[in-house]
Amino acid sequence: MAPVSKVPMTRRTLVALALVAAAAAVPGARRMPSHDNERRLQPSVQARRIVSIIPATTEMLFAMGAGDRLVAVGSYDRFPPEVEKLPRVGALLDPNVERILALKPDLVILYGTQTDLRTQLERAGIPFYPYVHRGLADVTGTIRSLGSRVGVAARANELADRLERQLSDISARVSKTARPKTLLVFGREPGSLRGIDASGGVGFLHDMLEAAGGADVLADAKQQSVMMSTELVLARAPEVIIELRYARDDTTSARDLAVWNTLASVPAVRNHRVFMLQGEEFVVPGPRVAAAAERLARTLHPEVFR
Amino acid sequence: MLTVAGFGAVAIAVCVVAPLVGATSISLARVFDRSIAFADNVDAQVFFVARLPRVLAAVLVGGSFAVAGVVFQAFLRNPLASPDTLGVSSGATLGAVVVITFHIDTAFRGVSPVPVASFAGSAGALGVVYLMSVARRRGTSSTVLLLGGVALSAFLGALNRLVQVVGDYTDVFRSLRWMMGSLDVGSYTDIVVPLVPMIAALAAIATLPRVLDLVSLGEPAAESRGVDVKNAERVALISASLLTGSAVSIGGPVPFVGIIVPHMVRLIVGADHRLVLPGALLFGGSFLVVCDLVARTAFGPVGMPVGAVTALIGGPFFLWLLFRKFR
Repeated sequence: MAPVSKVPMTRRTLVALALVAAAAAVPGARRMPSHDNERRLQPSVQARRIVSIIPATTEMLFAMGAGDRLVAVGSYDRFPPEVEKLPRVGALLDPNVERILALKPDLVILYGTQTDLRTQLERAGIPFYPYVHRGLADVTGTIRSLGSRVGVAARANELADRLERQLSDISARVSKTARPKTLLVFGREPGSLRGIDASGGVGFLHDMLEAAGGADVLADAKQQSVMMSTELVLARAPEVIIELRYARDDTTSARDLAVWNTLASVPAVRNHRVFMLQGEEFVVPGPRVAAAAERLARTLHPEVFR
Repeated sequence: MLTVAGFGAVAIAVCVVAPLVGATSISLARVFDRSIAFADNVDAQVFFVARLPRVLAAVLVGGSFAVAGVVFQAFLRNPLASPDTLGVSSGATLGAVVVITFHIDTAFRGVSPVPVASFAGSAGALGVVYLMSVARRRGTSSTVLLLGGVALSAFLGALNRLVQVVGDYTDVFRSLRWMMGSLDVGSYTDIVVPLVPMIAALAAIATLPRVLDLVSLGEPAAESRGVDVKNAERVALISASLLTGSAVSIGGPVPFVGIIVPHMVRLIVGADHRLVLPGALLFGGSFLVVCDLVARTAFGPVGMPVGAVTALIGGPFFLWLLFRKFR
């Protein structure tokens, strides 16, 4: 009744809450770095309200039949078309924490590097799944672990098995043929040979190229992307050059490939084996990797896929 | 005078040696062997397509930034002034980032839209600089011009970040990469086109050494010696901005050269602008050629952005010059 007694009560409650929060946070934080995925895999509870801000995991959830559990997606998520109906809550650099919390999700799929967002979700008591993007093998690994975390393990395993089978089928088909030295370009200033970004010897693009029966001319560069000088193109002398285009509004025509003619001594140029492949599946390490690898394989080995 | 001739000799030596050195080994005999068709001659292609345009680009960009820096520092009477102080290279950056982010892919006769847009962006900023210098007629000080430039630069920088937020992160990555500067132009068109405004600007600046000497001492001193400061200032700022815009369109906003090379040259030749201007042109050019040589050879075949190397090499060198002088 007396307002005086109310104040200390509130303060005491706050202190108690803070202690509980701290106690809850500490063991979690301690365990987090090493066994991140495992810890979150243990409870095989069904997630019903999922926020996924990563294009790859959004595609995975739809492909494993859990797309209807998504309540929001990231700014760059474009596939499947169903995502257009879902609200967007930012992405890697600009996650909108307020909107995420307001949606009351029971699972948030975020990048492992988003430490701020992780802390905020931990504080709010919302479980999350930290996604780590490495090579091609991790795609099916992520599908399996995500499937069991969301509660659709059977269908996720089925999807992962199918993708692995498709990828090994592609590798088997091209295994008998010579592996052309290939340069995989994913960025360049239009109309010139400036600012060439190529796939280096690690990462999912490199793995996909190898699976599709190409020998990466930058296999020795142990980084995902290489800033390629014209001198390096001449020195590595690729037999095939494949340019990947993935932006929706990218309207560059294949005629733009003519700029490569400047480097006439490069075997790919001399033998007219410079190609452009369009599609965002090349930059999303999700369930469409098998289709992407097959497109690469068809480009590299047209004789096998006749 | 002898020192400037020395700078000239260094510049020539550097330009002759630089195309011969690189991550790939080439044989000079094969480069000039006319019996091999150019399309089949890898060595000739490395020399003429990959290296020579790159060295030429480095000379032009380095020399232009350094000369523009000398002019800005003299007229704004501020040792921290640089080609970017008045927002010209921020304007150029904004132009390039817009084209990269919105995938504007129309190439103009073999010239990528990126340098075209960066030149247009610098021209926009130049327009504002011109208006500011006209407004200065009404008795404001050069500090006002400086502050106006800082504000314009910050405003354009903010627009630039705004555009990047809209873009995909691969666009942001490509924009950042452009901002680090690259001299691998891969064609002569990218060099020849900006050469036209560059030569015009350098010709205008060549008439200014005496004015720059007097203006460095202060406006009243210059006016008492019969210099039309307002007029000279307009010519100087516009030429220096044009020079900056052209250089950025070739190599991106390569940092450090425009602010530190003028000081390096002054430490070596003194304050006489008849020596400082040609010295900056030659030394700035050679300096960037050497930096680019290091960028493309010292870090393995993949190389490093030249913008990261300029300060890496230039910083310690400048400190050495500074302390040797004032010990």
